[in-house]
Amino acid sequence: MKKRVLAMVLGLTMLVSIFAVGCTKDEAKADFKAGFVYIGPTNDNGWTTAHDVARLELEKQLGIETAYVELVAEDEAAVKDAVTNLIDVGCNIIFTTSFGYMEPTVALAAEYPDLYFLHCSGYMMSENLGTYFGRIYEPRFLSGIVAGMKTTSNEIGYVAAMNIPEVVRGINAFTLGVKMVNPDATVNVRWTNTWIDPAKAKEAAEALLAEGCDVITQHQDSPGPLIAAEEKGAFAIGYDYPLTDVAPGSYMTAPVFNWSVYYVDIVKQIMDGKFVSASYWEGLNSGVVALAPMTDLVPAEAKTLVNEYEAKIKDGSFFVFEGEIKDNTGAVKVPAGTKMTDGEMLSMDWFVEGVKSN
Amino acid sequence: MFRIAKRGETNNRQALMFRLLGIFGALLVTSVIVMFMDHNPFDVLFSMVKGAFASKIRIENTIVKAVPLAITAIGISIAFRMKFWNIGGEGQIMMGAAAATYVALNYSSLPRIILLPLMFVTAFIFGGIWAVVPALFKVRFGTNETLFTLMMNYIALKLVGYFQYTAWKDPNGMGFPVIAKFEQSGYLPEVFGIHIGWIIAILIAVFIYLLVHHTKRGYEINVVGGSENTARYAGMKVGKIVVLSMLLSGGICGIAGFVQVSGVSHTLNVNTSGGVGFTAIIIAWLSKLNEGTIILVSILFAGMVQGGNYIQTAFQIPASVAQILQGIILLFVLGSEFFVQYKVFYNKKEVKKA
Repeated sequence: MKKRVLAMVLGLTMLVSIFAVGCTKDEAKADFKAGFVYIGPTNDNGWTTAHDVARLELEKQLGIETAYVELVAEDEAAVKDAVTNLIDVGCNIIFTTSFGYMEPTVALAAEYPDLYFLHCSGYMMSENLGTYFGRIYEPRFLSGIVAGMKTTSNEIGYVAAMNIPEVVRGINAFTLGVKMVNPDATVNVRWTNTWIDPAKAKEAAEALLAEGCDVITQHQDSPGPLIAAEEKGAFAIGYDYPLTDVAPGSYMTAPVFNWSVYYVDIVKQIMDGKFVSASYWEGLNSGVVALAPMTDLVPAEAKTLVNEYEAKIKDGSFFVFEGEIKDNTGAVKVPAGTKMTDGEMLSMDWFVEGVKSN
Repeated sequence: MFRIAKRGETNNRQALMFRLLGIFGALLVTSVIVMFMDHNPFDVLFSMVKGAFASKIRIENTIVKAVPLAITAIGISIAFRMKFWNIGGEGQIMMGAAAATYVALNYSSLPRIILLPLMFVTAFIFGGIWAVVPALFKVRFGTNETLFTLMMNYIALKLVGYFQYTAWKDPNGMGFPVIAKFEQSGYLPEVFGIHIGWIIAILIAVFIYLLVHHTKRGYEINVVGGSENTARYAGMKVGKIVVLSMLLSGGICGIAGFVQVSGVSHTLNVNTSGGVGFTAIIIAWLSKLNEGTIILVSILFAGMVQGGNYIQTAFQIPASVAQILQGIILLFVLGSEFFVQYKVFYNKKEVKKA
């Protein structure tokens, strides 16, 4: 009997000491550690890759530790699981990088008031939850110029994800660029209802190509549409991340994110104790968004025009959503001389003239 | 020729040996893979265990994952006792979750004490209906229940997709295809920091244990599973027993859906069932349909998933590799169970004939 008790006590001590060692190890962490929640795999060659490249840049520039969880569904159970695991390994700055993480992030920010939360592309904030995004509509507009001058069939294809303002704004900015240089062109939109599904994205692009489109662009996390264009000998404009090697025969350029501009900046603020919950939304001027270098497939005159308009956007002499802008039923949405406000752009739910959405 | 035969008697010593061999084999193969990833296998495998159980957050995450697995496995086990192969747990979870969501969204003004039981009951009914349909077809027309229940999964999944993207889409979601989040009244309360789904799971386990082992109904289920003809000869109404038991089986799976939406996701989406209905089949089998063992195995299973998530964050091992490790461990565990029950021998005579 005594022996058994002794064995049990010894066994328990061992177990407790194992756990104790584990705990002290975890608590001996640096002051700040940033954790990232990703919707796709880090090698999706698009949205998530752009975030992950910036994460590594953040490590390099500020010398802090980071961690990530990939392939997290847009569901509260999944997001909570990912975030608590990040907190468990010592993360105290949490970046959640998909629109559908918004409500779960709000709940988690309330549950962990001492930690910093930053949600990409949403609009809900709290004291310890800020939002961030890039004015990607600026480079989208520039890429529209490229598409409008490249097309010969005057049919351009746009593989879009969800029918939400972020995506609608991109379609509209792109179409305004197209129409400025080519009033006869139409932008045909196909919805996939998913951010990342390479096969679905490719199929949508193939359908657009079959309908006669000769230039394809996308609001998708993966380069499926680029590959479809390459296979059909058409031309393509990517998204999120510059990719010349995936479709060398069709890739022209891409509106891209350079998230490290923001990540380094906000983490520095937090480290200096200067964090204020805010909504970060910057454009070409800040460098957080850009038009990726244009390949030789882009016509020379388009290159010149893009450079001209990029300079104009940067110095404020040109604004993408300035009237007169009509919607695709012909009604004037923005009167001549008026600029849309941030609020109007963030809730955009109508298409400009020239968009054909099924 | 290799031949496979069932072992006459289970020898405890042999069983233990095969299980230890299984664990050893799993450790060996996973270690090799981890070494290829340039990590120390002892570190990673030990961390997998620590990552599942060694802190409050980790234990909570493990239990939260174990709850739907345990409830669904218990639900499925009732059908399996009758040798009715219910592969439709996934769809039954979805229908239960959808029904609970409908109630939570439309009657959110009700007090929690009324709303939650209402969600519970509707989830049970709709999960049950999804299982009763294949049961009726089997009883009336002798359809194959494995295929039928499997196909019902896809119908349920597409239906939830329709709710999420069209019918129940949140009008305040700025166009994003999500169903609105529940009001607080639709949230399961928490006990010890974890939603009370774990208490529901234990209560269901006790209830089913008593039903199966200590009531006439339970006895009938077991007899039908043993031999339908015997049951018929004894004057039992086999059809009625099958249909009612499937109502219970699917209903319990539906409750797992209710627990998921009310306890963790706080809304419904196409990811709600997340493969639980399929994993639960493995758990029910590994546990030999024993309710207590199901709870234990569910916790171990959930621990493996949570440990896998932990090593992803701690070592930045890709999600796909963590899943491969889990798959290998599972393969060896299932493999050793096979050798516990069956023996494989080499028959020379057969070869000569051929």
